[in-house]
Amino acid sequence: MTASLEIRDLSITFGEGPDAVKVLPSVSFSVAPGECFGLVGESGSGKSTVLRCVSLLTTIWSGEVKIDGRDLRELPLKQRCRLIQMVFQDPYGSLHPRQSVRTTLAEPLRIHGLDDHEGRMKRAMIEVGLPVGFLDRFPHQLSGGQRQRVAIARALILEPALLLLDEPTSALDVSVQAEILNLLARLREERGLTYVMVTHDLAVVDHMCDRFAVMLRGEITEILPREAIPGNQATHPYARELIGASLDYEGRA
Amino acid sequence: MTDPILEVSNLSIRYPGASSEAVRGVSFTLGRERLGVVGESGSGKSTVGRALLKLLPGARITADRLRFEDLDLLALSEAEMLKVRGRRMSMILQDPKFSLNPIQRVGSQVAETCLRHFPVSRAEAKAKTLEMLAAVNIRDPERVHDLYPHEISGGMGQRVMIAMMLLADPDLVIADEPTSALDVTVRLQVLNILDGLVRDRGIGLIMISHDLNLVRNFCDRVLIMYAGRVVETLKAGEFDKAQHPYTRGLLAAQPRIGGPRKPLAVLDRRPEWTEELPA
Repeated sequence: MTASLEIRDLSITFGEGPDAVKVLPSVSFSVAPGECFGLVGESGSGKSTVLRCVSLLTTIWSGEVKIDGRDLRELPLKQRCRLIQMVFQDPYGSLHPRQSVRTTLAEPLRIHGLDDHEGRMKRAMIEVGLPVGFLDRFPHQLSGGQRQRVAIARALILEPALLLLDEPTSALDVSVQAEILNLLARLREERGLTYVMVTHDLAVVDHMCDRFAVMLRGEITEILPREAIPGNQATHPYARELIGASLDYEGRA
Repeated sequence: MTDPILEVSNLSIRYPGASSEAVRGVSFTLGRERLGVVGESGSGKSTVGRALLKLLPGARITADRLRFEDLDLLALSEAEMLKVRGRRMSMILQDPKFSLNPIQRVGSQVAETCLRHFPVSRAEAKAKTLEMLAAVNIRDPERVHDLYPHEISGGMGQRVMIAMMLLADPDLVIADEPTSALDVTVRLQVLNILDGLVRDRGIGLIMISHDLNLVRNFCDRVLIMYAGRVVETLKAGEFDKAQHPYTRGLLAAQPRIGGPRKPLAVLDRRPEWTEELPA
């Protein structure tokens, strides 16, 4: 299953009248079905906020978000959750410490009234490369990479079309990051999933994404194809600075 | 390396109640250079850094030799260590949000280094503090001096931490993931400041990091740690010549800008890596 995402004039404003503070002035971009779209920028630039708006974890925004042409706010909650799922940055914080993997994975199945819990859970575990026996483990019995796999399994178990990835590997070691990126790339290929991926690492963008947006103070400065990274073909000064710094950092300048 | 600042030979560390040693048989010497220590989480790299400052209460530290300039660190008492820590050997920690005191103004935290280690008046300490804040490229030191940590950015916080440790003019600085909490643009600024200090003041720097790109571009020499051991020592320019399968695996696992879009290489961890001794 796959879906397109269209965001137009997404904004968050606190207060009214002349004292109003625009936290997120205006964000617009669209993601094609099956595309991987990156959001980069420094901390506080609003990239995670965009994901939280799309998943409706933040509800106070205005503007228009469409999934496959349908207005996000019009979609019933359950239907929305079947379409959009999110994977969070820190697998040490996003899994309930007192719930076994089985409990974590069974909850969405129960809420959505799906059949064959056992079979679906087993398939989800195999899909993310974990032994089925790990269903009875608790988060503290898992490594960081294994936890992130559980978080991905939880997101995939409802078979969504759009996956929101909020720095899915930045809490992980390089070697574990490679495993998770490979897993995400394979799942996208097999299922045609659409990804919106927040990251601060342009090497990850270059490896995973088709296009990416550079954000600064709540605004998108520029949307670029991944091919623009190695030669730093950005035109906006901030986007140029960010790509330049990343190239420097890799020792390629 | 005619005049090593630090000599470590066969250093082992065991945490209280642990079934095995967290660090085993680590040896290296450090001159006036930038030495990187890389490895994954749990490889023992931070433990080595903390052991040098003897900041591991309860842990058993053994070594054939643990020498810092004219001092035998193993023999020093806690009272004697207090005169070394912060004065002759300093540490920069990962996240300024957690390592600065949230209810004290930035300036007075920096000045504390001065007041603690030198016989100076408060006015002199303040003057030195402002001078140091300026030295780490803080544009308006007078203003920043009176701010609280929550009022400054992460990059500025990390520069404040550097100013704090510089004030005592130490000979050895241990930087434990000094830029991991920072954005890539800010990261380079902080690294450039550290770089200048090592060059201008002849400080020895140990840079602990999980980031291969950082150490290969910033350090002179790099120790690669795996499961508490140093598996390989490389000159920074010679990462391409890495011999150990672990080092090569780490390099291959790293996505590169402009790299091929094949699945990334995944580490195949061998049990013998934890046993074999570095050549």
